[in-house]
Amino acid sequence: MQQLQILGHTIIGQISGLGRALLMLLSALFHMPNPRKGFPLLLNQLYSVGVLSLVIILVSGLFIGMVLALQGYTILVGYGAEASLGPMVALSLLRELGPVVSALLFAGRAGSALTAEIGLMKATEQLSSLEMMAVDPLRRVVAPRFWAGFISLPLLAAIFSAVGILGAHLVGVDWLGVDSGTFWSVMQAQVSFEKDILNGIIKSVVFAFVVTWIAVYKGYACEPTSEGISRATTSTVVQSSLLVLGLDFVLTALMFAN
Amino acid sequence: MSKKIELLVGLFAAIGIAALLMLALKVADSGISGNGNTYQLYAKFDNIGGLKVRSPIKVGGVVVGRVSDISLDSEDYTPVVTLDIYAEYNNFSEATSVSILTAGLLGEQYIGLLPGFIDVSVETLKPGDFIEDTKPALILEELIGQFLFSQGSGD
Amino acid sequence: MSEILVDIKNMTFKRNERVIYDGISLSIPKGKITAIMGPSGIGKTTLLRLIGGQIKPESGQILFDGHDIPQLSRNDLYEVRKRMSMLFQSGALFTDMSVYDNIAFPIREHTELSEDIIEKMVLMKLEAVGLRGARGLRPSELSGGMARRAALARSIALDPELILYDEPFAGQDPISMGVIVRLIQDLGQALGLTSVVVSHDVPEVMSIADYIYIIAEQKIIGQGTPEEIYRQTSPLVQQFVKGESDGPVPFHFPAAPYREELIGRGSK
Repeated sequence: MQQLQILGHTIIGQISGLGRALLMLLSALFHMPNPRKGFPLLLNQLYSVGVLSLVIILVSGLFIGMVLALQGYTILVGYGAEASLGPMVALSLLRELGPVVSALLFAGRAGSALTAEIGLMKATEQLSSLEMMAVDPLRRVVAPRFWAGFISLPLLAAIFSAVGILGAHLVGVDWLGVDSGTFWSVMQAQVSFEKDILNGIIKSVVFAFVVTWIAVYKGYACEPTSEGISRATTSTVVQSSLLVLGLDFVLTALMFAN
Repeated sequence: MSKKIELLVGLFAAIGIAALLMLALKVADSGISGNGNTYQLYAKFDNIGGLKVRSPIKVGGVVVGRVSDISLDSEDYTPVVTLDIYAEYNNFSEATSVSILTAGLLGEQYIGLLPGFIDVSVETLKPGDFIEDTKPALILEELIGQFLFSQGSGD
Repeated sequence: MSEILVDIKNMTFKRNERVIYDGISLSIPKGKITAIMGPSGIGKTTLLRLIGGQIKPESGQILFDGHDIPQLSRNDLYEVRKRMSMLFQSGALFTDMSVYDNIAFPIREHTELSEDIIEKMVLMKLEAVGLRGARGLRPSELSGGMARRAALARSIALDPELILYDEPFAGQDPISMGVIVRLIQDLGQALGLTSVVVSHDVPEVMSIADYIYIIAEQKIIGQGTPEEIYRQTSPLVQQFVKGESDGPVPFHFPAAPYREELIGRGSK
C-alpha cells in the first residue's frame, strides 16, 4: 500500500516536473526578447556556449577521425578494400559519431555550465531580482541561452565531422598511403547529401534541443543551495547523455532502417 | 570586450558554415548536382545480382546516372531496373547495350552502358524506352559452379 | 494617517501545510518608512515576496494602489512591478556585469533612452549612494556593504514609488549599517519614496521607522510608532524589543517534550 503510494507520488512528481519543463520551454520560445535588446544577449551566449566549446570539439573530432582511419585501415586492408576507408570514416562520422559525440561533449562542456550558471543566479536571488525589476527571467536569461544552444550544436557537429574527415585523411592518406583521389572520390560516390549529411544535421538539431532544454530547465528548477546546484549539474549531464543515446537509437531506426 | 565577442562568434559561425559546405560539396559530391534534370530508361535483366537502388550508371567509368527503382515485371517476373540518366546525356542510340558489372572482385555492383553506333537508320533512345540489349549480372557462385563442373567433366 | 499605498487585508499564506500568516491585515502609508519586525524564520521576506507578487497567498487581498496583486494577469503584474523595487538581502547584483551596467540595466530594459542620458542617470544614482568611484568594478570586487549600496542604487534607478528592503542591516559592520540607515532615510525624504523595511535589528529600525509592525506566530502582535512600541506592555512585544532569549516567543522549535523523546528512544 505504502509502496503504491510512493510510486504514485513519484509518478505525479515526474509528470508535473515534465509539465513545468514544457511550460518553461514554451514561454522561453515564444517570449522572444525584442531583436535590438535580444541580439546582443544571444551573441554573448553564442560566445559562451558555442565559441568556448570549439576547442574541445576540434580536438576530439580530429582524434576520433584519426583513430577511425587507423582502425578502419587495419580491418579493410585485410580484404584489400582500403579504398573504402573514406566512405567508412565519413559515414560513421556523419551518421553517428558527429552528432552523438558532439552532443555528449556539449552536454558536459556547455550543458553543465548552463545549469550551474542559471542555478547560481537563482541561488543569489538574481532571478528573483529580475522578476522584481519587471524583467521576465525566462525572456532575459533562459531564452537566449536556449537559442544559443540550439544554434551552436548543429554547427559544432558539422565542424566535428569535417575535422574528423580531415584527420582521417591525414592518417589514411599521408601516413598509411591510401591514394588521396581514391579517398575522396569513393567517399563522394558513397555519401549522399540527403540521406547522410541532412539526417546527421537533423539528429544534431534534435540533440541540441534536448540537451539545452534539460540544462536550462535543471538550472531554472534547481533547489537554490550549493548542494541543489551540484545535484542539478550532475543530473543535467547524466540525463542529457542518456537521452541523447536513447534518442539516437530511435532516430537511427527511423532514418536508416528501411 | 563586446567587439571581441562579436568577432569570435562571427568566426565560429564562419567555421561552422565552412564545415557544412565542405561536407556538402567535398564529402557528398553527387547529392545536389545529381538531383538536376534526369530522364528515365528501363532495362530488363535475367538476374540483377547485388544491384541496389542508387547504384551508379557508368559509361566508360563516367557516372551518367543512378538506378532509381528495381521491381519485377508483373507478367513475366523478370527484374525491371529504372535508370535515371542525367538530362545532358540524351543521345544514346537504340543499339546501346547495358550490363551489370562489379567494381573489383568483391566490390559494389553498378550498371555499365555501352553506347551503340549512331547512324541515320538507328533512332536514339527516348525517355521511357526499354533498352533491349541487356547482360545479366555475373553471379560468383554460378561461375565457380561452372568452373568446377567443367573441371570435373574434363577429366 | 496619510494615504495608503499598500493595503493587505485578511491575508493567509501557507507553505506546505505550515501556516506562515494567518489572516493578517496591515497597511503601508505613502511616503513613509514602515518597518516590519519579528524574529527570524517567521517569513518576513515572504511578506515582501507576496507584495511583489512572486508568490500568491492562500486567501485575502494585497492591494497596491488599488490593484489586487494576486489577481493581476502576468502583464499587469509586470506593469505594477515597474512602480516598485526590492533590495535583496544579498544585493543580487548581476555578477556578469560591472557596477555601472548593473545600475544601467533596469533603465536600458524599460526605457529607450540614449546612452548619454543613461550615463547621467546612473552617475546620479551612484553619487547618491557614494559609489561613483566604483562604477567600473565587478560585483565580486565589492565588500558586502558596498554591494548592498550598489544594489540600492540599482533599485532606485527608475525612481520607483515603493521600495522593499529585505534585511538591509543584516551582517553589516556598524559603519556601513550607519550609512545604510542614513541612505534609507535620505532617499525616502528626497524622492518621496514609500519604504518597507523588513528587519530584526531593533535599534536601527526604531531610529528611522515612522510606523512599525511586529509579527510573530503568524499574526501581528504589535504595531505603532516607535514610541508606542516601547510603551506597549504586551509580553511578546517586550521580549522582542528587549531581545530576551526565551519568553512568549519560544526558544525551541515546536517538538515533542524532550523527556518523552529521550525515554521513548531508550525503551526501544
